[in-house]
Amino acid sequence: MDNTKRYERLRERYMNGDLDRRKFLGLIGAAGLAYGLHTPFARYAHAAVEEVRFDGWGGVVSEAFREYAFEPYTKETGINVVDGTFGGADEYLARVKASQPGEYNIAHLSGVFDYARYHNLGLSSTLNEDNIPNLQYVIPKLVDVFRGVTDGKLSCVPYDYGTTGLAYNRKHISDEEMKEKGARILIDEKLKGKIGGWSDWRTRIWYASLQTDQDPNNATDMDAVWEAIRTHRDLALKYWGSGAELMSLLAEEEIYVTEGWSGRIYALQEQGHDIGYMDPPNGFGWQECLFVIKGSPMEACEELLNFMLAPETSIAVAEGQNYPPALDPTKVDLGAKIPTLPAFDPTGKLAGLTFANPDYWNSHEQEWSKTFGRIQKGY
Amino acid sequence: MSVEAREARQPWVLLSPALTAVLLLLFVPLAFIVVYSFWLRTATGADQAGFYLDNWNEALTDPFYRDILLNTLKIAGITTVVCALMGYPAAYFIARSKGNKVILLLLLMLPFWISYIIRTMSWINILGVSGAFNTALLSLGIISEPVQMLYNETTVILGLVHFLLPFMVLNVYVSLEGIDETLEDAACSLGATRWKSFLEITLPLSLPGLAAGGLLCFVLGAGTYITPLVLGGPTDAMFANLVFEAIITQLDWPLGSALSLMLLAVLGALVLIYNHYLGMAQLMKGLG
Repeated sequence: MDNTKRYERLRERYMNGDLDRRKFLGLIGAAGLAYGLHTPFARYAHAAVEEVRFDGWGGVVSEAFREYAFEPYTKETGINVVDGTFGGADEYLARVKASQPGEYNIAHLSGVFDYARYHNLGLSSTLNEDNIPNLQYVIPKLVDVFRGVTDGKLSCVPYDYGTTGLAYNRKHISDEEMKEKGARILIDEKLKGKIGGWSDWRTRIWYASLQTDQDPNNATDMDAVWEAIRTHRDLALKYWGSGAELMSLLAEEEIYVTEGWSGRIYALQEQGHDIGYMDPPNGFGWQECLFVIKGSPMEACEELLNFMLAPETSIAVAEGQNYPPALDPTKVDLGAKIPTLPAFDPTGKLAGLTFANPDYWNSHEQEWSKTFGRIQKGY
Repeated sequence: MSVEAREARQPWVLLSPALTAVLLLLFVPLAFIVVYSFWLRTATGADQAGFYLDNWNEALTDPFYRDILLNTLKIAGITTVVCALMGYPAAYFIARSKGNKVILLLLLMLPFWISYIIRTMSWINILGVSGAFNTALLSLGIISEPVQMLYNETTVILGLVHFLLPFMVLNVYVSLEGIDETLEDAACSLGATRWKSFLEITLPLSLPGLAAGGLLCFVLGAGTYITPLVLGGPTDAMFANLVFEAIITQLDWPLGSALSLMLLAVLGALVLIYNHYLGMAQLMKGLG
């Protein structure tokens, strides 16, 4: 509950006759005195609540947030949402690390491993879930995995999920060929110079694990994984670094096949490009969350999260960004479009998706990100 | 206070805002980077303060960093030579043209009005598979299938030349402008050909400008990371990309600091060599 609502309720009690005038004025006066004496920095805290900073992935995702969430939220609450973007979670983490507490508030983070990284760096907060009643509509599996990282508490709310599957140009690669080759299509000599790939070390290792018939959450032969990454590097035209670049490379036919983000590929298909999308067995599933960074104005952030999780907002954002919302389809009617989105699970159990195990990935992060950086450059 | 003392103090008073800005915005952050380079990154990504030589040891002894640094210097060197070969005739033409000098200089400055990233990305629309060049070749029947021209070392150099050429032209132009044209006429009147008078008089006198342009192109080229990111292939990274990756991707600020100081030391040494032989005055003229 925010301060405005508290005062409104106090006023309501007074108007209803539950409080006499003397008591009402006394409570208001005491609140004012407590506020004034609270801290010399209260003025700054109050100023911060006038706006909340949100950082996301940009492109169609940010457009959807702006149109369906931020503008109505500002209209309803008067709190301005400063809308920032980042190219990747790593880049954003470096910015947050260099910032002052409270400078960055809410981030659209991808993957539980990022949630764990932020928590390990002391950047997590503790949400008051009572202020986010719409959390009840979220798929329990998505919430529980975050609770496991932060001792049963939450520093985020799950928001959407998707996959990093295989995207291919149907003019040059048939659906049958994709089914037959699966993840190995990314190391197919025949397509040399027409293969792309995300320059993200986790994605490269995940797909190299699939190419070498290993469990992506427990690869035992890392030499084989690195070799598969080298093979892919030598056949690839370019590593892409953002969703916009991924879409451009596929749309311009610079590349015929790459792994890609399900929502971005759906957007390409909506634009009329004949791009196929396939999740290979054990394809890379992920969930995104709205993470509240330590030092943020919690009540204002919780209000925004609750607003964003409201089914009508959540569905509108999901339809705009082409990723299924974290809302449980058994509890909420998600409309006509969402069931057609890639990776959507009508059961709400998400049993068909393989998510990254945060313990496994984060325990190897330092070593693997460095090794990939070298292999990427020809070593 | 005596008049002499006041006069002696006046330049420092006038310089103090600039010196404060340089101190706060350059030397203090640089000092932070130096301190950071002796820290360590822990497994969780947090930094461990202290005095450790591990990052410097890695940066100076690992052949991976040495090779990328050499490749960066090679790319910057090639770019500088190409800029000199293309920039000198252009600067000469502008300096010797009558009447339309202002328009030509304005045209030279025009690219600076557009973001460097946009200018770099424009090559994708020119050289891409469905770009202007391939489309023209296909429609003229010269090729039957689009040619892959992007995402290699050549396009990285092309992007760098596009970015740095104006710096070269401006420096050479400033140098040529300062040469008395009658010297060439005098040489010709004494029997030298135009080409001979250029080689014996104009070129040697304009060398400081060429060197200043070369230094700027080399230093800026060696420190770039956007161009290889946008126009390079998987293995076309330059040294600044390593710094970016260490700091951003790996969240290893201590190693990133050591690497950035290493690049700074190499490029700083070049500037010092230039200053020793040619002085900074010519460079200031070109930048002015």
